[in-house]
Amino acid sequence: MSKKFLSGNEAFAEGIRLARPQVISAYPITPQTIVVERLSEMVEDGSLNAEYVHVESEHSAMSCAIGASAVGARAFTATSSQGLLYMAECLYYASGGRFPIVMMNADRSTALPWNIYGDQRDSLSQLDSGWIQAYAENAQEALDLALMSYRIAEDKRVSTPYMANLDGFVLTHTYETVDIPDREQADRFLPPYETDNRIDLDAPKNMAFSAGPDTNYIFKYKEHEGVLAAREVITETEKAFAEIFGRKYTGLLENYRTEDADYIIVTLGSIAGLCRETADKLRENGVKAGVVRIRYMRPFPNAEIADVLRNAKAYAVLEKDISFGNEGTVFTNVNSALKKAGADVKGYNFIGGLGGRNISASDIEKIYNDIANGTESVNFIGIGGESNGK
Amino acid sequence: MKEILWLGRGGQGAFTAAKLLGAAYTIDDDDKYALAFPSFGPERRGAPVRAFTKLDTKPVADRSQTEKADYIVILDDTLYSPQLLELLKDSGKIIVNSKQDIGGVCTFDAEKIAAEFRLPTVNTVMFGLLIGISGVVSSDNAAEAIKGYMPQKIQERNINALLRAVQEVAK
Repeated sequence: MSKKFLSGNEAFAEGIRLARPQVISAYPITPQTIVVERLSEMVEDGSLNAEYVHVESEHSAMSCAIGASAVGARAFTATSSQGLLYMAECLYYASGGRFPIVMMNADRSTALPWNIYGDQRDSLSQLDSGWIQAYAENAQEALDLALMSYRIAEDKRVSTPYMANLDGFVLTHTYETVDIPDREQADRFLPPYETDNRIDLDAPKNMAFSAGPDTNYIFKYKEHEGVLAAREVITETEKAFAEIFGRKYTGLLENYRTEDADYIIVTLGSIAGLCRETADKLRENGVKAGVVRIRYMRPFPNAEIADVLRNAKAYAVLEKDISFGNEGTVFTNVNSALKKAGADVKGYNFIGGLGGRNISASDIEKIYNDIANGTESVNFIGIGGESNGK
Repeated sequence: MKEILWLGRGGQGAFTAAKLLGAAYTIDDDDKYALAFPSFGPERRGAPVRAFTKLDTKPVADRSQTEKADYIVILDDTLYSPQLLELLKDSGKIIVNSKQDIGGVCTFDAEKIAAEFRLPTVNTVMFGLLIGISGVVSSDNAAEAIKGYMPQKIQERNINALLRAVQEVAK
């Protein structure tokens, strides 16, 4: 193990180096560029033995990764924002073909107005693409997700591509101390990729075929099963990870001071730290505040969310996303989890950080205050409730 | 938590100094934590750049830009303005690279020191001045950070410039 002062992008690249992908397809886009630059340097200096393919677009980056995976290679690519949207067609080929590709997405706003800063509207728009979706909070978790991702995606019960999301700039471009595992430990944790789901001249089979109305739904059902199976595989993988590397993760979500909490903020990504700090501060004043950080949006932690929110007086979903004409998509998912579990807790949605706008400690304090006193269902930080514009 | 705000122009290495400080602070102590980040966005040579270093003895949860700094380090005196005092804690200090005296702030001719060591930028000199004034990290750890994070052929000159700057404050 060695300690280094790295950005989120660099930490992720270190994790990918340890995971030994055989093919990397790359097309640069801010704020993802550094991760593919670092990997290119690693291939150049021989510390990573991979075929590095410069492609002409994100659509081609994903197509290339699918081709590599279809011959049984471990494949990696990375993107962000418009790049993710441009490759969206191919995301479904990767998941439908059950190719366990890993992709890093630097979460960034989507146009128009044009904006390169961080929010989560890009990845959350692709929740239905059949990919596992993880959200890192810091650079260490980013590195660790890079290493765990292949083990989860390639598990035969799962065989599903994996998207690791890092908040643009706030995580991708922020430097912090990161433990880099030893090569020997990493190899022990992650064996080489082996699969029957590949083109094999000695065992020819039909791959990436069409399926009509009679059978199509069976494939879709199996795909759903694969993503659901990741629940168990994530738990197993994190256990094995803790045994080898000594760092523990908590599955699909991470709870902070929620046991006795009256008011809970549910959020995801790098803003969670400031929420925890604010909760601590409020607790000093007698407010029982807690935080739930969603680590995986797919598979979604339905039962876990319902369990943790069930006894709260109110919850807020704080997200960097809006599904125009409705509400934030994370809010929709959280509400559904509670409804299915028969839990009746008042919930409110707070949309913030769009286009990289800062979310401050006082914004978060106000959220706790607002949900304690009741507010509109959907609120925009800095603007107010939906009816403000009317 | 100690917060340091760095002001420079694109190409002067303000962000490199911000990173070196974070690396130096955490380099030999697992109970110390640092974040370093630039003002986010497109980078242009010559344009004003801000960079931030946050130092603490627990993990730094707040990733937002510093609102009140303990030290403001300015690599180019054309970027100094009295309004910067609003970004400074009451006990804070401003350190400026300038050939002229500026009221209420610490000025040093960092360019002159950098020139002694044939360095085209003043970032490691300013880092040394910060160390001399604040003691937030030791000179040894700063030298180790330079060894770890700067290209080998410029390490020695930068370390010597940094040590010279630390001495300059002691004078």
